[in-house]
Amino acid sequence: METMEGVASYPMISLLIFFVFFVLLFLWVITASREHIREMEHMPLEENDQPQNTVL
Amino acid sequence: MEIQQFRYDNKIVQKFLYATLFWGVVGMSVGLLLALLFLFPKLTEDIPWLSFGRLRPLHTNAVIFAFVGNAIFAGVYYSSQRLLKARMYSDFLSNFNFWGWQAVIVAAAISLPLGYTSSKEYAELEWPIDILLTLVWVAFGWNLIGTMLKRRQRHLYVALWFYLSTFITVAVLHIFNNIEIPVSAMKSYSVYAGVQDALVQWWYGHNAVAFFLTTPFLGLMYYFVPKAANRPIYSYRLSIIHFWSLIFIYIWAGPHHLLYSSLPDWAQNLGVVFSIMLLAPSWGGMINGLLTLRGAWDKVRSDATLKFMVVAITGYGMATFEGPMLSLKNVNAIAHFSDWIIAHVHVGALAWNGFLTFGMVYWLIPRLFKTEMYSKGLSNFHFWIGTLGIVLYALPMYVAGFTQALMWEDFNPDGTLVHGNFMETVQRIIPMYWMRAIGGSMYILGVFVMLYNIVRTVMSGSKVEDELAEAPALARVSKRRVAGETFHGWLERKPVQLAILATVAILIGGIVQIVPTIMVKSNIPTISSVKPYTPLELEGRDLYIREGCVGCHSQMVRPFRGEVERYGEYSKAGEFVYDHPFLWGSKRTGPDLHRIGGKYSDNWHLNHMFDPQSTSTGSIMPSYGWLIRDRLDRGNIQTKMRAMVKLGVPYSEEDIENALELMDGQATQIERNLYADPEFERTYEADKQYALENGLEFIDMRDREIVALIAYLQRLGTDIKLAEPIGGTD
Repeated sequence: METMEGVASYPMISLLIFFVFFVLLFLWVITASREHIREMEHMPLEENDQPQNTVL
Repeated sequence: MEIQQFRYDNKIVQKFLYATLFWGVVGMSVGLLLALLFLFPKLTEDIPWLSFGRLRPLHTNAVIFAFVGNAIFAGVYYSSQRLLKARMYSDFLSNFNFWGWQAVIVAAAISLPLGYTSSKEYAELEWPIDILLTLVWVAFGWNLIGTMLKRRQRHLYVALWFYLSTFITVAVLHIFNNIEIPVSAMKSYSVYAGVQDALVQWWYGHNAVAFFLTTPFLGLMYYFVPKAANRPIYSYRLSIIHFWSLIFIYIWAGPHHLLYSSLPDWAQNLGVVFSIMLLAPSWGGMINGLLTLRGAWDKVRSDATLKFMVVAITGYGMATFEGPMLSLKNVNAIAHFSDWIIAHVHVGALAWNGFLTFGMVYWLIPRLFKTEMYSKGLSNFHFWIGTLGIVLYALPMYVAGFTQALMWEDFNPDGTLVHGNFMETVQRIIPMYWMRAIGGSMYILGVFVMLYNIVRTVMSGSKVEDELAEAPALARVSKRRVAGETFHGWLERKPVQLAILATVAILIGGIVQIVPTIMVKSNIPTISSVKPYTPLELEGRDLYIREGCVGCHSQMVRPFRGEVERYGEYSKAGEFVYDHPFLWGSKRTGPDLHRIGGKYSDNWHLNHMFDPQSTSTGSIMPSYGWLIRDRLDRGNIQTKMRAMVKLGVPYSEEDIENALELMDGQATQIERNLYADPEFERTYEADKQYALENGLEFIDMRDREIVALIAYLQRLGTDIKLAEPIGGTD
């Protein structure tokens, strides 16, 4: 490549990747079940020494 | 489902903890020595391996890789096993990780003071040690991923994603930044040059901060804060969002180390924008950590671990607010090269990394040795003196930074610099260096108190044993998403896919910034008058690298009125095309050197290197007597030039064959120049006479190292023809 012409497609592609990814991520985070969140956040705690072997 | 019994490996955690404490003391002591060298430059006179330039990388490498590194491994090994309900995949890999890491550190501790350095910050270790480091890191990752694959806990808690992304990203950064051509057993040249080397270096350097000093510690925060507070993290949803946004955005921030330099504007701007955006995910982490304690603040009062963690997370918030602010170009214009940056680094390092480590240590030691801490009072004392130490370190450095920056840019009404003599700016901040040394001493005193407390605790505790645990094996579940399972829920139980996605996320920033910088020629406009270094100058440059001059002197004149007035024409990208590696520097303890060529006589340089205070009153530079005495080793010059040719530097075959003659010619000229000073002639001839009379070996001046260094310094910045003669005295 000799010059920067046409390089604008790089940032455009990355912006699209970012945008789509984070929209999807946000949607999932908002809709995640309380049950699942509760299970995940209690993982480090002592009470949770009962093995978690749920399918989900 | 049958319940399986297994044991958590606690012995490996104990080993890493001991190593953390040992190297913490070593690394911080070197730091204290450096702080004292600012105040007493002659403290280690004539001991090359204790000179500031050589010790600085020892300090940074020791505190980052030896202290923080071992702390990371201690915490990761402890928490991963329990979060995955599995013993580490391989005891052999655990021990290889441990002993290999210590071997790397010892190799660093020996090689760096001896001057074996690549000069690239936090990547100074020369190529054989880089290779060892790679092997040890691979062992770590293999061990971690292996444990994930044989886990009995299906879903991966957020801490584990941080650990995984750490492993992947550090591997990528280390490999790409350390691509170099060896010229001897302990010397190599970066394949990148000038602007490109700068970009790759700071893509690495900033992400060493991100993925070695931040993400593993966030992972440790997500495990140890809930453990210590006995409550879950404030918002698991937030942790997911901030994890992905952090690893996506952090990578792009590298160019904020290169603002107003010769890096192309588009790359600088990307660095600025992404650094500002980084505020959000970083504070997401801070919020999550601190608000975990909502309603439980009374626990902090009575628990040393929580105290340390609160200050650690607060320090993290401070540093990650300050960082984006420092990335604004107008703020950066003031802060870059000044002690403000040192303040910023040490808030992050002492508060976030140091205090989180101490908090983790105070939590782990009692559990490993099955006893209480010997003295709660001493733990609390450590907390308070450490906190005060941080404040007394950072505040003086802020003041020093503002002072320097404002003095450097101060103009008289008639257009001349108020402080044309750089030494005035150095002397003005000496009181700040005193306070910093005291602050640092307080911090390290706290560490010694902790050490004593731990020794007494261990002596009264039980032997560390691997902990028995039981859990059923994981039942097989479909690889595909199960009914009702969301995408992220599926991802949380698929470490390999998680790793791949994380890898893609971290690669994007690097590719978008680095590929065009390397491939698009117009980013670095060619300057036809720029020529490669002569063989003698190349050797001189390698001496500059060996002595670590880049630790105190920059080679990047920014396009500011004050800099152009003081140093000369601002630095152009095309001037650095043959600089393998680049030497732009990060700090101006001493003045910028990019336009030093031709400003002073050869005699001035000789006298300055022999005794800096003799030519520059008020200088705090150490003396380099050995350069004036020692013979230059010319044995490798042709190999060096051939390596440069491989990297695209246009030396002809003739240049290489005649290298020794060319060196002789240039060196003899410099020797002749030195005779301009009658005092030099007198002492030199007297030395020669004395050696002759006593049958001692005498090395001609033209064969000594100093002549090569002078050749290099006199070449700096002279390749471009300047429009007007440059005034200004520094």
